[in-house]
Amino acid sequence: MTSTRQQWQTNLVSLKTIAYKEIRRFLRIWQQTLLPPAITMTLYLIIFGSLIGARIGEMGGHSYIEFIVPGVIMIAVITNSYANVVSSFFSAKFQRFIEEILVSPTPNLVILLGYLAGGFARGLLVGAIVLAISLLFTELRIHNPWITASIVLLTSLLFALGGFINAIFARTYDDISIIPTFVLTPLTYLGGVFYSIHLLPPFWQKVSLINPILYLVNAFRYGILGHSDINIGIAYTVALAFIALLGSIAMLLLRLGTGLRS
Amino acid sequence: MDPAYALLLQGLYKRYRNGVEALKGIDLAVRPGDFFGLLGPNGAGKSTAIGIISSLVRKTAGRVEIFGYDLDREPWLAKSQLGLVPQEFNFNGFETVEQIVVNQGGFYGVDRRTAKQRAERYLKELSLWDKRSQPARTLSGGMKRRLMIARALVHEPRLLILDEPTAGVDIELRRSMWDFLRELNAGGTTIILTTHYLEEAETLCRNIAIIDDGRIIEHTSVKALLRKLSTHGFILDISGAGPELPPLPVHQAVRLDDNTLQIEITAEQNLTEVFAALARAGIQVLSMKNTANRLEELFVRMLESGSGSKREQAQ
Repeated sequence: MTSTRQQWQTNLVSLKTIAYKEIRRFLRIWQQTLLPPAITMTLYLIIFGSLIGARIGEMGGHSYIEFIVPGVIMIAVITNSYANVVSSFFSAKFQRFIEEILVSPTPNLVILLGYLAGGFARGLLVGAIVLAISLLFTELRIHNPWITASIVLLTSLLFALGGFINAIFARTYDDISIIPTFVLTPLTYLGGVFYSIHLLPPFWQKVSLINPILYLVNAFRYGILGHSDINIGIAYTVALAFIALLGSIAMLLLRLGTGLRS
Repeated sequence: MDPAYALLLQGLYKRYRNGVEALKGIDLAVRPGDFFGLLGPNGAGKSTAIGIISSLVRKTAGRVEIFGYDLDREPWLAKSQLGLVPQEFNFNGFETVEQIVVNQGGFYGVDRRTAKQRAERYLKELSLWDKRSQPARTLSGGMKRRLMIARALVHEPRLLILDEPTAGVDIELRRSMWDFLRELNAGGTTIILTTHYLEEAETLCRNIAIIDDGRIIEHTSVKALLRKLSTHGFILDISGAGPELPPLPVHQAVRLDDNTLQIEITAEQNLTEVFAALARAGIQVLSMKNTANRLEELFVRMLESGSGSKREQAQ
């Protein structure tokens, strides 16, 4: 009888294989995965940070460019973590090479973790690239490295999970762009990346509080600048609660074989 | 102790969401070391059965056991025994040939170094080693099929299932694939094959099952099945025959043209007497071949009688 240890070792090899394959995929097509976000975020920093920001003055006690850098990094992390998993998993499903994994003894949790690792790696790599570019525009001193690192990791994980669920339900390539276009982008831009919610009228401040991205952006900004519009504890609670919720949904869908097994 | 069966299906039933009953409770047992053919017309349920065995299709009811491991209760062990060569190409065409095989090893827990060694062995055996660095999408159809065989073998499964492995493959390549599969089977791997080429099943398989309309209508050895044929047909190329043929000891004889004669003999008749009768009339037999693949003949008859009985039931 095969031991549990042997099973663990097999699962570990399988996890490493999926993660390696996923990371290799986005590195192979770096012109489509790494370069565009670097260019877009550089343009944000030039236009909003340097050109317009110089006329805006201070926000939250910091220069405008300093204020927007954490949010711009978060946009890169969120969109790339999501995009990597949704496009990769959907392609594997659409072109049926996901069957290579489905016929193997790889458990559902390992499949999920392997794909999340790809999204995680791309989100963090693009985030690091944008951080490096932002250092050309402003000086950044990390206020709290633990909060900065933990929030960016949780954010990447959360949106990679979102991408995975989107890919499971998607039937066409159009379906993988609907959520990013109509949900993710508005929530990100309204998530306090370019402004402090204290600039909004009280009613809209309250409305903003239902946007989970607001908490993540502000917590990350706190980690870097030491400034936040919201309570950091709530940000962690929101991130962990959403990760638990989306993680459970993803595992349930895998167990049911939704969109994968007829 | 080795289990009695490489594959055991019990009461396998599948109803799709649209209400189609693809499998209506099939039972099947394949012994370890067998070369087994699963035959049936399009839409009979073969691919659904293979889909369930390989976990790509969810069954509605029934049980699957692979080398004694229940697919529901011990999926990790059951799936580890199985290698699948599907009918459709299902690999990432942007990955190289070697990456595809090595990664598949990884999904089964084979460490990268071992997977690379095995990939080299199987790609060489299947004449794909010189293509190892090419993206899979650039391969020809025959090469893609061989790639899927190499991929299915990298974790060295005890049971290999091939769904129409030689579809669209030219005759020379088909023969070399047969040799490869025979060798694999001789080495101890149990093989289950679905095919539309009944010559393939007759040449390779020791036992077969025929599925029709979601049911197994025959489950026996190829030899036993062929014994059911009451007559054998031959086509003779002849010379020296006049307009009238002599009386021949055959079940039926048809003159196709001046130099071609088609005959059918029963199990009690023999060709020596036919040749002797022709020789006495001064007719020489230059060459001879079977009228059709014997298994094919039987297969068609079985399906016809199956659909005939269904029609009677409907009335």
